[in-house]
Amino acid sequence: MNVRKVFADGLIFNNPILVQMVGMCPTLAVSNTAMNGFGMGLAATAVLIGSNIVISMLRKVTPDEIRIPIFIVVIATFVTMIEMVVHAYFTALYDALGIFLPLIVVNCIILARAEAFAFKNSVFKSAVDGLGNGLGFTLALTILAAIRELFGSGSIFGKTVMWGSYEPMSIIVQPSGGFLVLGLLLAIFATFTAKKASV
Amino acid sequence: MSLFVIIVSGILINNYVLSRILGICPFLGVSKQVETAAGMSMAVTFVMTLAGTITWLAQRFVLDRLGLEYMQTVTFILIIAALVQFVEMVIQKTSPTLYQSLGIYLPLITTNCAVLGVSILNIKEKFGLIETIVNSAASAIGFSLAIILFAGIRERLELSNIPEAFKGFPIALFTASLMSLAFLGFAGLV
Repeated sequence: MNVRKVFADGLIFNNPILVQMVGMCPTLAVSNTAMNGFGMGLAATAVLIGSNIVISMLRKVTPDEIRIPIFIVVIATFVTMIEMVVHAYFTALYDALGIFLPLIVVNCIILARAEAFAFKNSVFKSAVDGLGNGLGFTLALTILAAIRELFGSGSIFGKTVMWGSYEPMSIIVQPSGGFLVLGLLLAIFATFTAKKASV
Repeated sequence: MSLFVIIVSGILINNYVLSRILGICPFLGVSKQVETAAGMSMAVTFVMTLAGTITWLAQRFVLDRLGLEYMQTVTFILIIAALVQFVEMVIQKTSPTLYQSLGIYLPLITTNCAVLGVSILNIKEKFGLIETIVNSAASAIGFSLAIILFAGIRERLELSNIPEAFKGFPIALFTASLMSLAFLGFAGLV
């Protein structure tokens, strides 16, 4: 498997949200504005790259039986570091993400990539896999968040884009709307991929 | 905050799944049958109450005392992982029947963000020990309520005629959306 394919797999063909359907909690919870979704995506990407590299480096000395606790400690360490960085430099984002920032540690994407990829592949490939999956997560999360912000608040990245008399559908930015929009996105994505497969 | 408010808020108003959006993975993953959903919620209730209490003790008597608050995430996730493993071993030894019904769900709980979520929120809300125990249990019951109701609806959905593109996850998400909408109605309760 070449590096390019590893990257493209994570970004699109095996997209964490749209295909693997993992990491649903942050996906639904912080996708109420495009900025939050984007910030969350980048934070998770940073953790994913870091943990993939370290776990891949340690893969030869890690005993099979206790690999999961070791993965978790590595991931938790990176999450703590990212949390501190975000707290120090992006306070507004830190407040908006709240509890979901430390919860990156239980985001299934990161543990899944550690188990399925980083534990079996070279350091460089693991880093690329982390980058691809992280950006795929960021991409899907930002699209979902932008749609929700557009209809729910009439803006994208905080800039008003809808016409003046547009009445925002506030339900879309609430939890209920998150489920609804993600359901629609998955249905559209499924139709699209099914058509492609049948042709 | 009175204990009654904490209970009502944990179960209905701030329902972990439908309002706070925590624990979505098991909510979507283990909700195809009422029976498995009930098994999962029993395991989660048990671990969540225990984990909430132990992490509170760890925070109060170890991390705060030593000035190590920044180690919260690492400590809590390790406690939860160890606890889940420990509970699994105890149940296996003491009650094989219970192990058969709960065993397969236990390893999944480590990565259930509702468990880590409740531990962190207990600290954030500055709860005392009793409040922590009550809040953890109430949140877990809220999770159970949501997942069992959801599983009941999904069992019916299996038999319904659904457009091809909406089969599986999309229709489940729509159902969750409607349930979340219904739970919004509890918002003014307290």
